[in-house]
Amino acid sequence: MSAPNKSFDPVEVAVLSQENVDAAVTDALAAVAAASDLDALKEARLAHAGDRSPLALANREIGALPPQAKAEAGKRIGQARGTVREALEHRQVELEEERDARVLVEEAVDVTLPYDRLPVGARHPLTTITERIEDVFVAMGWEVAEGPEVEAEWTNFDALNIGPDHPARTMQDTFFVGSEDSGVVLRTHTSPVQIRSMLDRELPIYVICPGRVYRTDELDQTHTPVFHQVEGLVVDEGITMADLKGTLDHFATSMFGPEARTRLRPSYFPFTEPSAELDLWFPAAKGGARWIEWGGCGMVNPRVLRACGIDPDRYTGFAFGMGIERTLMFRHDVTDMREMVEGDIRFTTQFGMEV
Amino acid sequence: MRIPLSWVRDYVDLPAAETPESVGDRLVSVGLELEEIEHLGADVTGTLIVGHVRSIEELAEFKKPIRWCQVEVGDAHGHPDTPGVRGIICGARNFVEGDLVVVALPGAILAGGFQIASRETYGHISDGMICSERELGLGQDHDGIIVLPAGTAEVGQDAGPVVGLGDAVLDVSVTPDMGFCLSMRGVARELAHQYSVPFRDPGTELVELPAPVSGTPHECVVEDLEGSDLFTLRTIVGFDPSAPSPYWMRRRLSMSGMRPVSLAVDVTNYVMLETGQPLHAFDRAKLQGPIVVRRARAGESLETLDHVARTLDAADLLIADDRGPIGLAGTMGGLDTEIDDDSSEIALEAAHFAPAAVAHMSRRHKLSSEASRRFERGVDGVLAPYASARAAALLLAHGGGSYVGMTAVEAAHVPVVITLATDLPGRVAGIAIDRATVVERLEAVGCVVADPAADPLAVTPASWRPDLTDPADLVEEVLRLGGYDAIPTTLPSARPGFGLTSSQRARRRVGRALAGAGYVEALAYPFVGEAELDALGIPADDPRHRLLLLANPISDEQPGMRTTLLPGLLASLRRNVGRGSTDVAVFEAGAVVHLREGQDPRLVTDPPRPSVERRPAAEEVASLEALLPDQPLHVAVALTGQRLPAGWWGPGAGSSWADAIEAARIVADAVGVDLVVRRGSSPAPWHPGRCAELVLGTQVLGHAGELTPRACEAAGLPKRTAVMELDLGALIAAADGAITARSISTYPVAKEDVALVVDADVPAAAVEAALTEGAGPLLESVRLFDVYSGEQVDAGRKSLAFALRFRSPDRTLTVDEVSAARDSAVAAATAAVGAVQRA
Repeated sequence: MSAPNKSFDPVEVAVLSQENVDAAVTDALAAVAAASDLDALKEARLAHAGDRSPLALANREIGALPPQAKAEAGKRIGQARGTVREALEHRQVELEEERDARVLVEEAVDVTLPYDRLPVGARHPLTTITERIEDVFVAMGWEVAEGPEVEAEWTNFDALNIGPDHPARTMQDTFFVGSEDSGVVLRTHTSPVQIRSMLDRELPIYVICPGRVYRTDELDQTHTPVFHQVEGLVVDEGITMADLKGTLDHFATSMFGPEARTRLRPSYFPFTEPSAELDLWFPAAKGGARWIEWGGCGMVNPRVLRACGIDPDRYTGFAFGMGIERTLMFRHDVTDMREMVEGDIRFTTQFGMEV
Repeated sequence: MRIPLSWVRDYVDLPAAETPESVGDRLVSVGLELEEIEHLGADVTGTLIVGHVRSIEELAEFKKPIRWCQVEVGDAHGHPDTPGVRGIICGARNFVEGDLVVVALPGAILAGGFQIASRETYGHISDGMICSERELGLGQDHDGIIVLPAGTAEVGQDAGPVVGLGDAVLDVSVTPDMGFCLSMRGVARELAHQYSVPFRDPGTELVELPAPVSGTPHECVVEDLEGSDLFTLRTIVGFDPSAPSPYWMRRRLSMSGMRPVSLAVDVTNYVMLETGQPLHAFDRAKLQGPIVVRRARAGESLETLDHVARTLDAADLLIADDRGPIGLAGTMGGLDTEIDDDSSEIALEAAHFAPAAVAHMSRRHKLSSEASRRFERGVDGVLAPYASARAAALLLAHGGGSYVGMTAVEAAHVPVVITLATDLPGRVAGIAIDRATVVERLEAVGCVVADPAADPLAVTPASWRPDLTDPADLVEEVLRLGGYDAIPTTLPSARPGFGLTSSQRARRRVGRALAGAGYVEALAYPFVGEAELDALGIPADDPRHRLLLLANPISDEQPGMRTTLLPGLLASLRRNVGRGSTDVAVFEAGAVVHLREGQDPRLVTDPPRPSVERRPAAEEVASLEALLPDQPLHVAVALTGQRLPAGWWGPGAGSSWADAIEAARIVADAVGVDLVVRRGSSPAPWHPGRCAELVLGTQVLGHAGELTPRACEAAGLPKRTAVMELDLGALIAAADGAITARSISTYPVAKEDVALVVDADVPAAAVEAALTEGAGPLLESVRLFDVYSGEQVDAGRKSLAFALRFRSPDRTLTVDEVSAARDSAVAAATAAVGAVQRA
């Protein structure tokens, strides 16, 4: 070891002495440990790691040291400042965590306070169930066809093989519009939309026709003069009654679950031949699964095709129809028809935006 | 149609074990709708005996006359003290000493759980009961007790089988194509097919009648062979008008829902129910000259059996004699020639009338009878003489008299022959059905197949199946007999579709947007009356008063189709408020009906009726469309009470004009159209100071705002009720749907707020429009965020505070650029509406 050079011996610079540096670190660590919140820690940081802190001041002295001493003093101060910085950072994290945890407790509110400020709206279940039915068929490539509610008698009756003296005209209690011989009625079913589809659309035709219809019944628990129907119509080459049954089964399972199915019973409608009543096996029926009368269907009567200019030797078709109110009633256990027509918001809001 | 099972069993041997329920199931698979099965007296137990009324003692000391009867009930059933006889108290008065009655012995339980016991009443021990039909559960008849005609049964015999206890009635509804099932004959034939058992046809055996006595049968003439291609008239003289109908016939009539009247009337009804052939009995003594079938002449009238005087139409098919009309053919007879208590000569009509003629007449006279229901649906074309022979035989057997003979007119019969490709039934069903099966099933329903080996088949339907006219009808018969369950299921593959139309999607969006904004959908009946419109203050010359009227409205208060959605929505609002929901917002989207220019509220009287044998020509379709009024799609909202409720968060907000306008904006946004809101016209029922015009281009599509205070009062609604109504169809039509994306600038936004003082009556929209125009292309958005009037601005003025946002697509704006744009905007507002920037 070389002879000591007193004036340049780092030991001679008091603030850089090991003891002083250690003392400064000890003070700093004590202050950091004592800091009980982030503000106190900020003060401790200023006092022990700031520009005026003992270690910072000591650091400045290093510049005056001879080159060989600089390294040693620099290392000593550097280690000391590192220790303090580390302690500060560690405490900073600790205190921030404490603060965050405290804030979460302090800011707690009563989340059970009622929050019902935005008014709740709803769509009518007759609308949403109709859309749901439409979607089942649109998914198969069908389209939704529409027509007017005030309709020509020709379209509502004559073209559907219900001639002026046909007994079926007395079966349906018709609202006549204007006068009894104006040739205009409130449509008694959505079938005139089938006629319009056959007159307007290109073949083949795959349409579903939902809409409002009218019969002169008084409103009571099970009747309403204004109600809704949905009808389906297919006209294509080679369409069979098996196609009708398959379509109805698919419809049933789409609406009522995989166990649902349909069954046909012979019946009569002037616009279909053969005609059938349509029963639905309803698995979720109140009181247990059972058959429910759902609607009517059949193969489009060749006379109807002819009235629309479609060659019945080349094209065949099927049609089916059911009441939407009735479907809603058994699907959702609605027991009184009046609830669907009165517009009481308590009824409608039960159903929300979709059924 | 009510079908007593015992009656049907006369013609078909149903397996003995078959229950009414299982027979009912078979009828359903035939195509009849089963309404109900009635079990006659099913809950009646105990001993019922045929009794003979030996003596009647009238007891007059009570409030009502009471009879103390001694009834012979046979040795086995008498009271121990009075062998073979029981004393019974009875309140009925329709029997006399010597009558046969039905006696329930003590211990019996009658319909409804009524227990019979030996008990003291009216001062005697009543030892059983003399029964009425209702007490036995046989019918509703409670006018008196059952009196069995002499010779019907033996005293002491079990009365159950005599009165039909344990029988069942199947009540079915018959679709119009199955007129042949409006008879026991038709139903029995279908059941015979179902059970594959023989059928004994009561309509093909000509009942043997006694040789005619001397005299001339009443003459008949058919002037209109198209209206009636077969007319028969049998004449009977010396008939006893007081002869009663046999008990079994009366029972069967009542079970079938017809009231027994007199022998002559009962027999015609009975044979009609049995065979399906309507018959009519004239009092021959009242006829003047031959019976004629003809159309009505101008000015003729007729009083029918239902005591209605009817003015006849030239298309009416009549039965007439020398004096004029005596019956509406196949529908109802006239009062003048009715059978009465003294009629001893009968002219019995059985005929075939054209279905269309009867249907037309029945419709015009609003007269539906048992006969007309059958003729409209088609009656067996050759049945008349068979049915009238059966009826004549019954009349002679039970009413005595002599048969004088028959006169008849018959047109040449042209049978319908249908050409059927043998594979058609299979092609329609989607399965192979072999020729033999097709032929077998057609023959089973009575068709005659000329040559079973031919293809196509030439098929002649049975006379009782006038409904079979087309190949499709035969296809139905073949498939029906095989059962629809035999048809498999397949799914057709549709041509690829285009999904919902843009209009359909837009309507769904509007509904969802309004519901999302707190509106509840209400679907009102689309009927309206003048009074409702008047109450809203809508003046008489307003187009909304031009109602399309219904010929037969449900209610006279609402005889027309709605021209606006508001009355229905306000009614819904009122109902909700009345039921305690005070804060209500409802909406409806639906069609309204507007008469076209020059269209009469009663429409026209001679509408076109294109042929249905071919596609209507374009002009014909257009002429049909021309009959219809306009039916535009509207959307409307109505709201009252609190729109936003008060709560722990602070005060609420009442429904107001602003909500109604916002609803219009919600609708327009959902559709994707910019709707201009401006002050303009304010039709009733809107408050003129609180109503906005909703404008698209130059077209006013609707209005939004508050109701006038008077309209609120008239509608029974709270003040400040607000409504909006808009032509949704026009709005949707204006949406072009295609959105061209603008690129989004990523440069910073510069915000500037300006407060402008203007006269109080300057619309905010005008200020905003001027700002927008003056600010130039750098303006990204402008939004009014405060309206102030008060101490800090002069009286009659208001301060509007706007937030302006500027942004450039290609650079960061400098402070100078932003200031210049803001100043230019303010300057434009100053120029346009005299706005002064607030210090």
